[in-house]
Amino acid sequence: MAERGSNQAPETGAFFQRDRQWHPPAFTPGYKSSVLRSPQKALLSFDNTISELTGPVFGHAMLGELDNDLIHNFAKAGESAIGERIIVHGRVLDERGKGVPGVLLEFWQANAGGRYRHKKDGYLAPLDANFGGCGRTIAGEDGFYAFRTVRPGPYPWPNGPNDWRPAHIHFSVFGQGFAQRLITQMYFEGDPLIWRCPIVGGISNTAAVEALIAALDMHATIPMDALAYKFDIVLRGRRSTLFENRPEGN
Amino acid sequence: MAQSLDRLKESPSQTAGPYVHIGLTPNFCGIGGVYASDLGSAMVNGETRGERIELRIRVLDGTGTPLKDALIEIWQADAEGLYNSPAELRGAADPNFLGWGRQPTDMETGVCLFQTIKPGRVPFRDGRLMAPHITLWIVARGINLGLHTRLYFSDEEKANDEDPILARIEHRLRVPTLIAERQGDTYVFDVHLQGEKETVFFDS
Repeated sequence: MAERGSNQAPETGAFFQRDRQWHPPAFTPGYKSSVLRSPQKALLSFDNTISELTGPVFGHAMLGELDNDLIHNFAKAGESAIGERIIVHGRVLDERGKGVPGVLLEFWQANAGGRYRHKKDGYLAPLDANFGGCGRTIAGEDGFYAFRTVRPGPYPWPNGPNDWRPAHIHFSVFGQGFAQRLITQMYFEGDPLIWRCPIVGGISNTAAVEALIAALDMHATIPMDALAYKFDIVLRGRRSTLFENRPEGN
Repeated sequence: MAQSLDRLKESPSQTAGPYVHIGLTPNFCGIGGVYASDLGSAMVNGETRGERIELRIRVLDGTGTPLKDALIEIWQADAEGLYNSPAELRGAADPNFLGWGRQPTDMETGVCLFQTIKPGRVPFRDGRLMAPHITLWIVARGINLGLHTRLYFSDEEKANDEDPILARIEHRLRVPTLIAERQGDTYVFDVHLQGEKETVFFDS
């Protein structure tokens, strides 16, 4: 079932601690639903054990031909989703700057009008009969990934009386250990809604917010077809095991 | 000035939101035809070794109301205590058990069910055996960063007593928040996000 992403021996060092000042804290009252869903007691801290250092690996065999093409993976034959055609690409890296190969990325989003294909979404903007909104891919040897989609629209949500989410794509990323598991959201360069959003605003550091804003990448566009955005994702780095648990010396 | 450490910062987390199902369990929320099945929905097959068990998990908010839009992933060792991961260097895990599963909570009841096997014991960093456990990762609307915790088993009292992680919990009253109650072949586990019965969550 498992398939290794490279020929190198797997790394087994513990992951760097998470910087929880950099991530949004659990309790961010501007984002109202966090109020009753945030733990209030301190987290239990410990160095990774094998339960956190290991994680599932998914083989390319699971992928369908259109899994990374949201313009077509839900569309009727010969048709395509409506909206701004874009390519999203980037690399999965770790905090040491090394590419993380072989990891599964999954993405989901609203359609060009800001409507999700989900029964709990009652927004009046219509569904697009040719757009589902989900996709996935597996990062290559150097951590590189890409998919094509339409740019999602902003949408209103019941938080404040007039709150609108910026255009965004949700990302789910596996690392090589389960402790690297991450879900985040990608935003688009220049969107003025980013700095008004209470979900984004849960992140207190401006540079951390900027790390979630994809840049327009004209070099990756396909003329007369699609624009492109570049979005790199950074997972926790890990220590070397060279000097660990060897009191007798290496 | 000293040299730069030249490291990147981890991408900040954001909530999975209420429509997490679209991306992670599309068939569950009615988006058919894109993926043959939802990833992680079936953990065992006829060849998987070990004792079949069911996990019945709920996630409750600060008022005791079950979350109906949460998503839970689990990660566990096989029946012999081996992980199906390239970073597992002690031996080859059961090829019929990936060790990972994913389930949404039911949109009406908030109940989340996993059909899996009881994991074997795996070693702590210093070689002592940890008690059998399953790692949980919980995301939902209102949760800004996925929550990590563990599920231990009520019928493993002796192993639980010597578990190095459970031993780290200073307030002993909180230890039972990590222990699922055995009822036949089902283990019942309520995760309390907040309040008096708040589950112990991990920073590891």
